[in-house]
Amino acid sequence: MEQTTVNRRPLLLSTTSSLFLVLWLIVAAFPFLWTVWGSFKVEADFFSRENWQLAITGLNTIGQTGSAFTGDGYQGAWIERDFWKAAWNTVIVTVSVTAISLVLGTLGGYALARSARRYTLWILITALVFRAMPHITLVSGYMLPFFEWNVWGALPTAIIVLVAINQPFALWMLHSFFLSIPKDLDESAMVDGCTRFQAFRQVVIPVMWPGVITTGLFSFLLAYNDFAVTAMLLNQDNQTMVPKIASFLGTVQTEGAVMYAVAAVVSATVPLFMLVMFFQRQIVSGLTAGAVKG
Amino acid sequence: MKKATITTLVGATLTLFAGSAIAECNISSGSVRILGNDFDSIRTVTDQASACASSGTTVRVNLTTEHKNIQVPALTITPAEYTVALIANNSISPLLSADLVRPLNDLVEKYGQDLLPNQLIRTGDDIVAIAFMGNAQHLFMRGDILDDLGVEPPATYEEIIDVAEMIRSEGIMEYPLAATYEAGWYLAAEFVNMHLGMGGQFFEAGSAQPALNNEAGVRTLEMMKTLTEYMSPEYLTVTADEMKQMYLAGEVAIMNQWGSMVAGHLGEDSGNQQISEATILAPAPTAHGNNTPAAALWWDGFTIAKNISDEDAEASFQAMMYGIRPDMAQQNPNAATWLIKDFDAPDTAQGVLQTARLGARGYPMSPFMGYMHAALGTELSDFMQGRESAEQALMDVEASYLASVREAGLAN
Amino acid sequence: MTHKTFFAFIFPSLLAMILFIALPIGSIVVQSLHVEHPRVLVEVENCGPFGCERETRVDTAATQALQEAQPMGQFNGLGTYFDRRHLATEEVSRIFSDNEGVADIARQMYNLPFYKALSFTLVYTFIVTPLGMALGFSIALAVNSIPRFLKGPIIFFSLLPMIVTPLVGSLILFWMINTQGVIGSNLQLLFDDPDLSLRASPLLTWVTLIVYGVWSMAPFSFVVFYAGLQTVPSDTLESAKIDGASRWERIRYVVIPHLIPLATFVALVQLMDNFRVFEPIVGFSAEANATSLSWNIFNDLRGQVDQQYSSAAATSVLTVFGVVVLLMPVLVRLWRDFNRKA
Repeated sequence: MEQTTVNRRPLLLSTTSSLFLVLWLIVAAFPFLWTVWGSFKVEADFFSRENWQLAITGLNTIGQTGSAFTGDGYQGAWIERDFWKAAWNTVIVTVSVTAISLVLGTLGGYALARSARRYTLWILITALVFRAMPHITLVSGYMLPFFEWNVWGALPTAIIVLVAINQPFALWMLHSFFLSIPKDLDESAMVDGCTRFQAFRQVVIPVMWPGVITTGLFSFLLAYNDFAVTAMLLNQDNQTMVPKIASFLGTVQTEGAVMYAVAAVVSATVPLFMLVMFFQRQIVSGLTAGAVKG
Repeated sequence: MKKATITTLVGATLTLFAGSAIAECNISSGSVRILGNDFDSIRTVTDQASACASSGTTVRVNLTTEHKNIQVPALTITPAEYTVALIANNSISPLLSADLVRPLNDLVEKYGQDLLPNQLIRTGDDIVAIAFMGNAQHLFMRGDILDDLGVEPPATYEEIIDVAEMIRSEGIMEYPLAATYEAGWYLAAEFVNMHLGMGGQFFEAGSAQPALNNEAGVRTLEMMKTLTEYMSPEYLTVTADEMKQMYLAGEVAIMNQWGSMVAGHLGEDSGNQQISEATILAPAPTAHGNNTPAAALWWDGFTIAKNISDEDAEASFQAMMYGIRPDMAQQNPNAATWLIKDFDAPDTAQGVLQTARLGARGYPMSPFMGYMHAALGTELSDFMQGRESAEQALMDVEASYLASVREAGLAN
Repeated sequence: MTHKTFFAFIFPSLLAMILFIALPIGSIVVQSLHVEHPRVLVEVENCGPFGCERETRVDTAATQALQEAQPMGQFNGLGTYFDRRHLATEEVSRIFSDNEGVADIARQMYNLPFYKALSFTLVYTFIVTPLGMALGFSIALAVNSIPRFLKGPIIFFSLLPMIVTPLVGSLILFWMINTQGVIGSNLQLLFDDPDLSLRASPLLTWVTLIVYGVWSMAPFSFVVFYAGLQTVPSDTLESAKIDGASRWERIRYVVIPHLIPLATFVALVQLMDNFRVFEPIVGFSAEANATSLSWNIFNDLRGQVDQQYSSAAATSVLTVFGVVVLLMPVLVRLWRDFNRKA
């Protein structure tokens, strides 16, 4: 059906539409592709104030390293400054945050979607207000108690905080997904003798995967890109990638360290590329399943 | 860059060898936990201090750009999360005001044989910190351009304006000057520099009342504004990093840059050897016929936390003394302008040292200064863009500052 | 669902939110009503590597006694909310009683930090949200009509602005819009103006930030709308076509109504996120010309050596209040829907 519609599109419209798309792709991807290219140059080329064409020709890169491309940025970040450690911490943090967020979020979202009592509305509205609170203010409030309880700096602390901060969004999104799944499904399972939890676990969740994956991706991105929480709550050994990249930039930049940051950013995007490629169908079908209702 | 990597590696190996001389540390037991800012010269010191780790002694280091946001809560608890806080003359104030710093008089007497008297930071009778490196903004100039014009390197801001005018009228550069005027911390720091050079005060003696809105304050702002006429129109977004790039791209002839960044401008990897070689370093300029250079002097140092055991305090002090021993400075002469004994300062450190020698004043170590700096950073940009008068800008600064210090209980 | 089952299901989630959001918010509100105790000041001689100066310092022993008696500080009521850095009631009433016309009122108000931040925040929110959604919707329509094998990579590239860490993303973009950068210098060529600088004038700074905002916000709308497009019932579209509806009419009367619930959700999230705009201001060094409420909070907490908790707390509470006001239409609708359902 879709295909026939495409075929019948007038030439002018389809040309405009393709042109628009190409233009958007350039706008969306150009800064990133420029960065990927530049990450193999030296600072004097990529961050040149003389002429941006240096970033393409790489004159200084040739002058300093003898070849037009150099892996110095990557070597510096990954080997000299132990970026792998930060990458590993990020894996721990993002995987835990996503998993715990989803477990808590599906349980809570399911309850909110299935109960028609007034307090569910209040919980949802309160959650929205919670989401409005700027993270840095919250984080400053945690510092002293965390030091007193001697939990500051550890990965689990940051994970729990990120889970909590992410809950309002997860609850809202998953609640909307559950709304789109007919009530009859779990109710008939309960008539057949399942408990509420069994119905949830064995009947509802299997049809919820797309919604779970979509919410999971947004939770993942939140944990992955977070700076406000991780920079303040983790000590140096437990730093994740984003604060680590910030430390390459430093208060005042060190020679070449800026390129470590650029190389690190490019490296940090590679797993995301694979993730999106792997899950893109689910993201889309996921959101479809929950015709999210404002 | 390749070369830089190798040098760092060699440096690291040297550190390892130096580390084998644990005997020098002489710490039998204790726990050393260091919190500090994240940059290379600090890392040099903490790497050395880490070498003091032994069977009875643990050394843990956390260097982060967020250090100043972490230090107060981290040192408030008992026992403190960190035993050593690396600070500068501005970031020590919150620690002093919250009474989190251990007086070091006894430890200096016991272990401070290698310290110079001017490394000791005192308030009243207490030694509260040990400084180990200095920093200041000072002049970087293009000697080749000055030669072409046949002028002597300028030493005052008035001369700088004359030279800038010459450069412009000769058609060499449209915008020959640059300064770190990024709105916020940098702009405020430049105001502090100029205001000290104008002989200005920030507070009325003995109180928290601001003393900016007067002749010296207006003169300071007007000089800053006049200088911007010779700067690229983006001047309110220029940081020290960006200014370096502009300079090395040949866009700037005279600028007031941080001494700690000399290596980046003159080093082999600067990206423009011609400019690097033509660069003249000079002390910060004076202004308005005064003799004091218009630059605040900064020091970096360490303090020991109050809420820790004497054993840990002793171990921490010893480890830091090992980290800043004279040997270390001699092995890393280009890493910083060390304030350490027997340091044979290379030419690259002369800009800072001469600025100090000419009698520049230190950045005020007052509990109010942080609030003043913040107010300057947010309230001056309207004036710098010509949207309000100098008097109005200074009034705004004072009003904003007073609201902050009232909240902090420092004024009423 | 019984109360008991409901709370059993939602308990872990609620516990996390109460512990790490509700309690801190409570303490933030309390904090915003307090200021520090008056400190006892003494004059001392401070000495350092560069000589000695007579300076003031806090007499910590004397201050401590006060602090132990009242650890929260001194109750200040709404004083912090009304001071010059926030609502500035005193200054505002002075401006309204003494001014030279509307333009002068606007100029003087803009000189107050809170109103300066608020004006950019509102302009940003109300321009970026609709434009971002419209752009996202157009991309979704365009992507929807391309051959299947192209969709995967195109979706990834369309998501890039959302994925790349803003910290470095804006650093690189900032460099690209430099007068010598790849975008900046080509814009100069395009407009034939060698002095064009996106960073010099207030207006261009705002435009740059808003363009960046639309660029980085569009992908979220795109994903959600693209997903929504997959669910448009094809028989409705077909029958509309048979009835002679033009392509535009079909979008207008079939597709858009179908996507309205989705659009509400996107608008809700985007309004909230745009109202808290912060990263691009730091990334583009734009604070001379544009500040936001979140930036003010950041500046109080991180921008300096002293942390001004009460001030930051007051701005945060005002921010939350602003978000609630913004979302009021949506909340009212939610309330009505709920009552209809119940």
